[in-house]
Amino acid sequence: MQQPNKLKPFFENLNFERKDNTMVINFGPQHPSAHGQLRLVLELQGEQVVKAYPDIGYLHRGVEKMAENMIYNEFLPTTDRLDYIASTSNNYAFALAVERLLGIEDKVPRRAKVIRTMLLELNRIISHLFFLATHALDVGAMSIFLYAFREREFAMDLMEDYCGARLTHAAVRIGGVPLDLPPGWIESLANFLNKLPDQIKLYEDLLTENRIWKMRLEDVGVLEPEDALSWGCTGPMLRGSGIAYDVRKEEPYELYDELDFDIPVTDRKDSYGRYRLYMEEMKESIKILRQLISMYPKTEPKLMAHAPQYISAPKEEIMTQNYALMQHFVLVTQGMRPPKGTVYAPTESPKGELGFYIVSEGEPYAYRLKVRAPSFFHTGLLQDLLVGTYIADVVTIIGSTNIVFGEVDR
Amino acid sequence: MRRYSPKKNVQAKAKYTDRFWVAPRVPRGSVEEGSYFAEVLETLKESGIEVLESFVELGQLVIKINPEQNVETLKTLKEKSCVKMCSELSAVDYLAQDGEFEVFYQLLNLDKAQRLRVVTRIKEDQAIESVESIYKMANFAEREMYDMFGIYVNNHSYLKRILMPDDWVGHPLLKTYPLQGDEHASWYEVDKIFGKEYRDIIGPEIRDTATIDRYDTQRFARVGHEVPFGADPELVDKTKTSIEDGYSKTFLTDYTTGSKELENRR
Repeated sequence: MQQPNKLKPFFENLNFERKDNTMVINFGPQHPSAHGQLRLVLELQGEQVVKAYPDIGYLHRGVEKMAENMIYNEFLPTTDRLDYIASTSNNYAFALAVERLLGIEDKVPRRAKVIRTMLLELNRIISHLFFLATHALDVGAMSIFLYAFREREFAMDLMEDYCGARLTHAAVRIGGVPLDLPPGWIESLANFLNKLPDQIKLYEDLLTENRIWKMRLEDVGVLEPEDALSWGCTGPMLRGSGIAYDVRKEEPYELYDELDFDIPVTDRKDSYGRYRLYMEEMKESIKILRQLISMYPKTEPKLMAHAPQYISAPKEEIMTQNYALMQHFVLVTQGMRPPKGTVYAPTESPKGELGFYIVSEGEPYAYRLKVRAPSFFHTGLLQDLLVGTYIADVVTIIGSTNIVFGEVDR
Repeated sequence: MRRYSPKKNVQAKAKYTDRFWVAPRVPRGSVEEGSYFAEVLETLKESGIEVLESFVELGQLVIKINPEQNVETLKTLKEKSCVKMCSELSAVDYLAQDGEFEVFYQLLNLDKAQRLRVVTRIKEDQAIESVESIYKMANFAEREMYDMFGIYVNNHSYLKRILMPDDWVGHPLLKTYPLQGDEHASWYEVDKIFGKEYRDIIGPEIRDTATIDRYDTQRFARVGHEVPFGADPELVDKTKTSIEDGYSKTFLTDYTTGSKELENRR
């Protein structure tokens, strides 16, 4: 009999010694390929997985609870800690949900929109490079990890030049962006974009036709479109199964309806197809960023929406006009009070559909905030996807789902 | 005498609200004739589902139904209205106001890029039927709902806590549950690591991050008054502390006597 009140391995309801031929193994949560804090309990028949139980919650910090106890602006930096690989996409998804609730989505100045879209796409590149690096490392390709991380560093340098942070950006505000692009940033971005395609070509040369890479990825983790829909898969997981749905195209936000880009789709359904999608998506992001660079100079230098009831006035006005200062004081100390109502705002984060469901009761605190995190359902999917695969492929499949535990556990 | 504070909702409240403040409401539109949403409502009506209320809020159709018909509604929507994906499913705690939970199903029609929300209200002790047979994502989402709110889901294949530990007491997203955790939460790790018999020795976990104990000599609450680990601060000879050797000089500022004292010590 186990004693659950002592600090020793405690496997809930698990019987490791079986009469039949299956073996139960525990994978994680400290496994280097567990992408953070995933614990998998696998039942094996020989080398084949018969049952898989994903066990999550090791990184649970109660973000949704915190959201109910923070004013809206206060919560924004907390969203950084969800998908910490691409923080700005979380900041933006939250800001968008609140803006829709306030009805000021159209009032966001154009320059802010350009900057936001730039940051979102830059974050997509950062996230996809991270995916490629860790996925390749999991599968066994060490050098790709180093190459991809080098480019990711340059992209993170750009983020650092903009907002001062490399991982937890908090680079977006409700109603706009806090800062204009620093001098020379556009040139650095253009420089980065000129170099990146060669690097992507290098990765593809190393991997796409690589015999070992193909053997490890092809026909591994085959996800049928029905399962993908039923499990609520989004992003590359859904498009890898042949269903073309991208929130950027179908329900455009920011400037995506003005931009010219394609949504890569494949009906390969396997890990290899998904890998190809990530590579293509990076190329599309480069295309988008190039268009945004030419859009930027044509915009007015305004950065925050004019909605005095909800958004503080620009600093100059606060320092010169009494009423702007009073409003700013109220907004900082008490917080904005959105109208009563419920909003669900979906966005296409690098991992899939990231949406914030906010119930407002007209108070400065959200009554309920639910984070619809793509990785949460991709983790749930593992219990179906892993069955029937071999133990050696488990790590490939986990890597291919691109789950980040910050947003799985929240 | 302590001031009475309501226990039904212990979450943060606005510190000041204008007496005459009336919160506006997000505009609710009616369903347009001939639109996809009208078709959906028509299909539901034909299938014998009682729609209690329906409106369009921020571009999404909201359908209120009876909790007994949730599986039937979602099945009809999936089969007849082509709503193939359920994006999210969870609950909202309205126990303090109405004694009810609101369970919502956030749905998506991929072909038409239209979003719907099916909403239903259940009583505090009422269970809801699982929709796992329609959308597999409900497996995880309903588990989370059970974990966070304690809502029982009938016919779920594996209804178990998902984010919190199995032996946790309480459901964290209830409005009655404080942000810092309740009594059980403060003993959870002590019991787990040392055992219940050590409660008196160890004491409850300090879960309020803002706590400062000025007599705590180990957690840097009193800078400049540190004592060796485990030593009783009262018994340590204050004139002969070995701090000066081990710590940087900048830590020797005494906030009670000011910087003059620091100069003297140097």
